[in-house]
Amino acid sequence: MSRMNVNLAGVELKNPVMTASGTFGSGAEYSEFVDLNKLGAVVTKGVANIPWPGNPTPRVTETASGMLNAIGLQNPGIDVFCERDIPFLRKYDTKIIVNVCGKSAKDYCEVVERLGDEPVDMLEINVSCPNVKEGGIAFGQNPKALEDITKEVKKYAKQPVIMKLSPNVTDITEMARAAESGGADVVSLINTLTGMKIDINRRTFALANKTGGMSGPAVKPVAVRMVYQVANAVKLPVIGMGGIATAEDALEFIMAGATAVSVGTANFFNPYATEEIVKGMEEFLEKQKVADIKELIGAVK
Amino acid sequence: MSTADSKKTKKPCRIISQECIGRDIYSMWLDAGEIGKNAVPGQFVSLYSRNGSKLLPRPISLCEIDKEEGKLRLVYRVTGKNTGTEEFSKLHPGVPVETLGPLGNGFPLEKVKGKRVFLMGGGIGIPPMLETAKELDAQKTMVLGYRDELFLNKEFEAYGDVYVATEDGSAGTKGNVMDAIRENGLEADAIFACGPAPMLRAIKAYALEKNIPCWISMEERMACGVGACLACVCKSKDVDSHSHVNNKRVCKDGPVFLSTEVEL
Repeated sequence: MSRMNVNLAGVELKNPVMTASGTFGSGAEYSEFVDLNKLGAVVTKGVANIPWPGNPTPRVTETASGMLNAIGLQNPGIDVFCERDIPFLRKYDTKIIVNVCGKSAKDYCEVVERLGDEPVDMLEINVSCPNVKEGGIAFGQNPKALEDITKEVKKYAKQPVIMKLSPNVTDITEMARAAESGGADVVSLINTLTGMKIDINRRTFALANKTGGMSGPAVKPVAVRMVYQVANAVKLPVIGMGGIATAEDALEFIMAGATAVSVGTANFFNPYATEEIVKGMEEFLEKQKVADIKELIGAVK
Repeated sequence: MSTADSKKTKKPCRIISQECIGRDIYSMWLDAGEIGKNAVPGQFVSLYSRNGSKLLPRPISLCEIDKEEGKLRLVYRVTGKNTGTEEFSKLHPGVPVETLGPLGNGFPLEKVKGKRVFLMGGGIGIPPMLETAKELDAQKTMVLGYRDELFLNKEFEAYGDVYVATEDGSAGTKGNVMDAIRENGLEADAIFACGPAPMLRAIKAYALEKNIPCWISMEERMACGVGACLACVCKSKDVDSHSHVNNKRVCKDGPVFLSTEVEL
């Protein structure tokens, strides 16, 4: 098993497979299908300083080999999260990464500060949700704003900080460098790609929010390309995600330069996906006689 | 709600039979093993397309449950060309379909035991009322609403009086299920209903007026089907104990809700 260990900013993960924020709740629902002890980390649904009601429905729609969502970061707020979700996750031998959302720098810092004394391992700052006007995307599409919010969050954070990057930018390496200059410990990418679907019979948007974030296997090539670019542009460790459904997909991201990977939309069509991917990666190492997964990080020639 | 959160499984389930029982309406029996053994009326299963480009599961209500044999009957509508439901309708007996279930909470049968109960279904909301009719120990009156062509109505006759309404007046009362209740002077102490939102809205208003309890089965676009993604929410009257906002998850907290708990 030790051959699957990876290290993210000083946090030792038993394997590089984690969940993608927003697709896995706080783990309770999928714990009926997978053994959370087998995962490198659980990344929680975004949590804000107060409860958020989210967007009107319909909130999801299917696209070819993908889907659009505009949930709108519905969450119960940090108080309930600390009382209910953290104790649940503490029962398992996996790392806890809390995704933090907010509408202002003050909101983010309030949640980050509150989490300082909680038994969580890392913080992922969602500055890239495309579905909420003030859901952080304002910070995620401007390098200066991203650098500033990173600095601000780092003042309060007691755990290593992951900045989650938006792919809805001209040059993702510029954003990754901004996060690095701001003091981020890790970057994760990609968040969803902004998309739209129209119901031609009803002449309406398929989503109440008009636009939504696209995810699923269809976005994987874009995500692999961006992870490769970012891994070569910054010194920070990278968490890769975007359409990962199999161990082979996960290994593409690792070879593109990711230290760890997140599984998101695949949970919806295969609730056993995360555990199966861990197993599949171990089998690949065995078969290819690779002594340590770390040998494969950025190994593409 | 009444039913325990039974153990969910995703596995391939072999089709036992497949039959077209009306225009675009199909009836399929699945050999569902433990999914069938654990199911209760009002719950649903999610079926997955064999076409890898169609990712999301299709939630389908349970029309009949054979607990002992672990078999499930699904009666579903083909919603259009190149849809997941069209694909399911073309699958032959013997073919396995990926199935996740049982999902959600069923109708609270114990709460209305022995009472006069309306079982009301509209369109593709009719099928889940069949197993409900079979298992409910009460004085049952079925009120079924159709656009035009009838389906399944004969199968309800073994469980009580059946009244139908059709929009075009081709059978029963011309109009909707509420028109059928009025025209026939029907009365009840409680209601179980499943159907389109305008129908459920009218039934909820009727139940309030008559001051009788009413449970409705809701529908919303879903992704995960297990309560994680928060896609299929409906508005709740009070702050929900899980979400801490005025939202309930149709897949996990429903699909059956007390009508006064939710906003339509």
